[in-house]
Amino acid sequence: MKRADDFEQRRAHLANLSDQELYDRFWNLADQITEPLLELGRKNTTPSVERSVLLRMGFSSLEVKPIVEGVMNKGLMGKGAGNVVWRLSQKLGVSVREAGLELANGRHWDDVDTLF
Amino acid sequence: MKLDPNKKLDIKELLKDLDKYEPKRRGWHWRDGRNEKRTVGDFEYLESSESLKNSVPLPGSRGFGYIDPQPDCVITTEIASGRFEDDIRRMRMAAWHGADHLMVIRTAGQSHIDSLLEGTNQGIGGIMVTRKQVRASRKACDLIEEEVGRPINFHSYISGVAGPDIAVMFAEEGVNGAHQDPQYNVLYRNVNMVRSFCDACEAKKIMAWADMLQIDGAHNANATAMKAWKVMPELMVQHAINSSFSRKVGIKPENIALSTVPPTAPPAPAMRLDLPYAVALRDLFKDYKMRAQQNTKYMESDTREAAVTHTMNMMISRLTSADIQSTITPDEGRNVPWHYNNIAGIMTAKQSLTGMDGLREMVKLDREGPLGKEVRELKERAILFMEEILEVGGFFKAVQEGFFVDSGKYPERNGDGIAREIEGGIGYGFVYERDEDYFAPVSVHFGYNNIPEQFAKASDAIGGDTFEDRSKIQYIDELDEHDNVNTRLKEVEKYYDTNLVKPEVEWRADGTVLLSIFLPLDERTAEFAAIKCGEKMGLEDVTVVHKQMMHPSEGTYCEVKGKVNFDIDINELVIPEKIPVLSEEEIRADIQEKPLFIVAATVGEDEHSVGLKETLDIKHGGIEKFGIKYEYLGTSCPVEKLVDAAIETKADAILVSTIITHDDVHIKNMKKINDLCIEKGIRDKVILVCGGTQVTNEIAIEAGCDAGFGRGTHGIDCASFLVKRRREMNA
Repeated sequence: MKRADDFEQRRAHLANLSDQELYDRFWNLADQITEPLLELGRKNTTPSVERSVLLRMGFSSLEVKPIVEGVMNKGLMGKGAGNVVWRLSQKLGVSVREAGLELANGRHWDDVDTLF
Repeated sequence: MKLDPNKKLDIKELLKDLDKYEPKRRGWHWRDGRNEKRTVGDFEYLESSESLKNSVPLPGSRGFGYIDPQPDCVITTEIASGRFEDDIRRMRMAAWHGADHLMVIRTAGQSHIDSLLEGTNQGIGGIMVTRKQVRASRKACDLIEEEVGRPINFHSYISGVAGPDIAVMFAEEGVNGAHQDPQYNVLYRNVNMVRSFCDACEAKKIMAWADMLQIDGAHNANATAMKAWKVMPELMVQHAINSSFSRKVGIKPENIALSTVPPTAPPAPAMRLDLPYAVALRDLFKDYKMRAQQNTKYMESDTREAAVTHTMNMMISRLTSADIQSTITPDEGRNVPWHYNNIAGIMTAKQSLTGMDGLREMVKLDREGPLGKEVRELKERAILFMEEILEVGGFFKAVQEGFFVDSGKYPERNGDGIAREIEGGIGYGFVYERDEDYFAPVSVHFGYNNIPEQFAKASDAIGGDTFEDRSKIQYIDELDEHDNVNTRLKEVEKYYDTNLVKPEVEWRADGTVLLSIFLPLDERTAEFAAIKCGEKMGLEDVTVVHKQMMHPSEGTYCEVKGKVNFDIDINELVIPEKIPVLSEEEIRADIQEKPLFIVAATVGEDEHSVGLKETLDIKHGGIEKFGIKYEYLGTSCPVEKLVDAAIETKADAILVSTIITHDDVHIKNMKKINDLCIEKGIRDKVILVCGGTQVTNEIAIEAGCDAGFGRGTHGIDCASFLVKRRREMNA
């Protein structure tokens, strides 16, 4: 879009605002812009968010990658990759670390189908 | 492991047991003792912080008793050699000069890698950020901060498609600050916008837990825009979006810093353009911190010009405010920063900030005039920008329509902004809606988390995560058997704490040197003549890194870099022994027993008097302090007059100061005095001592004097020599 500088016309509604009113308006607009962006973060997840969860569960960067890829292939990202590992550990009766390593090594993915 | 100022940091020792290393602390640290008056040496400072235990003061401090006052704001330096083992040595040098925010740049392309990286591969224009490199660097910072006596903030980047992964690793490894701004990913790295903002929520939440300082990426708009002074309204919008977003995720405002750059540089009337912007920003963002960055947009290869722009930028910092004063190395316009240019940038910051200490006590911004009007206009333009973002349907729509980095000053639009597709970019399609039974069993998480009823908190499901139990962190050492720190160290083993040394600017023994060459030639011819000069001097890979025309035909100044292909064996060096000085008591006793009288003057057409007066005056610890009496004949004293005065007063010694070196006049004067003393028959009765900034003992003796004293000489050195020499003469 090309547009000449029409600042003088555009600013008419701001001309009479006090500095404090201008300040409040500035932050009110910023908050309005960011609210829907936060909402996206609240209700969605991504491969990197799930990898970060698995890292904190005690897996290395090399181990988290195949687990998250497996979860994506199974269409289970909506459940959370950490959730998949945790539920599998419950089902197999092994530690979370052991369950995750099994998945990272390509094992027990059939069991994952029965978790949810 | 503990550092000794007289020993090099042992990288091999540092790498030992790294798998077990735990960082000493977490979180950002502001300098201690800000906002209080402080006396350092003869002066009171209004904007300083606690002094360091070990540091290198500014060169000018010689005239002030070597004081080294530390400014109130944190000082940043950015290190980017691509080899962390060399970065670490530079960090130590930087800390000694007053930097306490050490930022390591990432290797090119890391933001597009959808995973954490491991190992110690060499990077390009920065290091590959990995757990091992971060841990080793933080370990080094832990040691260096003990040595200098001030906590050091270690900083890197949480951006790209692996943001949350990196945030976790940084939190675990005690990284204290990071750049995090999803707008940066979208605009400059073409990461999908939905993905970028979802990732940023988790990354910022983790940063909040780790008490990290966050710096945004708005300054990039300034560097990218065609006419940087026109993007000011947009810069404020970008700052606002990241600040509002981060605050809502949970980062406390005092840990949210704006990366703000004075947009222009001379020859633009920079201060008049940049100041209203700086004021508007500080008005609107009073809850947040200012990281004052240096303008790089208009940086060329001239290090002098860069230092002046940096200084003007700091004048703005001092007239408004800065919590962090950033420095860009003055050579950034020509190459990846070199060791000593990091130090140059830090020194410029320390010098300027200290020199302008408390300026606001006397100089006030006049907001009644054009400044106030400009400030108001900028704020209104930014508000109008945000109103239009909402009108078109929000941030993503606005990005898609090319709102950002347009070369028009908003609301003017030139249709050349950076436009990105909502359904496009790297990582597009990898965003998944959380189901009702979504669960993330970790202690820190943003957004919806359906924690099973039996657990009080999410991480109870796994018996605590790595933030609660460090022992769960999985440490990976190396993945690449060829490209790693061990092989690199082996390649330069010959220079690792041995008697062999090679010049360096970036990496151990890289062999690079810089030459200053003036040639009485036009610019183009000079450039090629300068390369030839370097080659004839035996340099390899000779390149002209800077040239400045003095006149179209009369001459050009060139700076040339090249590599030397020899080693220096320090065992083969002939280093004159440092002459030991007698104790104050011994000198005093000697003078008391047998008084010593001297005549002194600065000779020739030379008006410099400071050095000689310091050598003489009791106030400066001069020779008078030991009971030596003198007659001072002033500056520009003819040598004949000085020798005649020595004969008249039966002086034991003549002290000659000579500063000007043009056409070797200092050497000629020394010879002339010696000759005159011989001619008049007193040379064997009088001690002849010469001093000056370019004088050395060797030069003076060669010119016929008994001794010469150069830079860094004190009264005691001279007094001690006079006493010893008199003993020899009487023996």
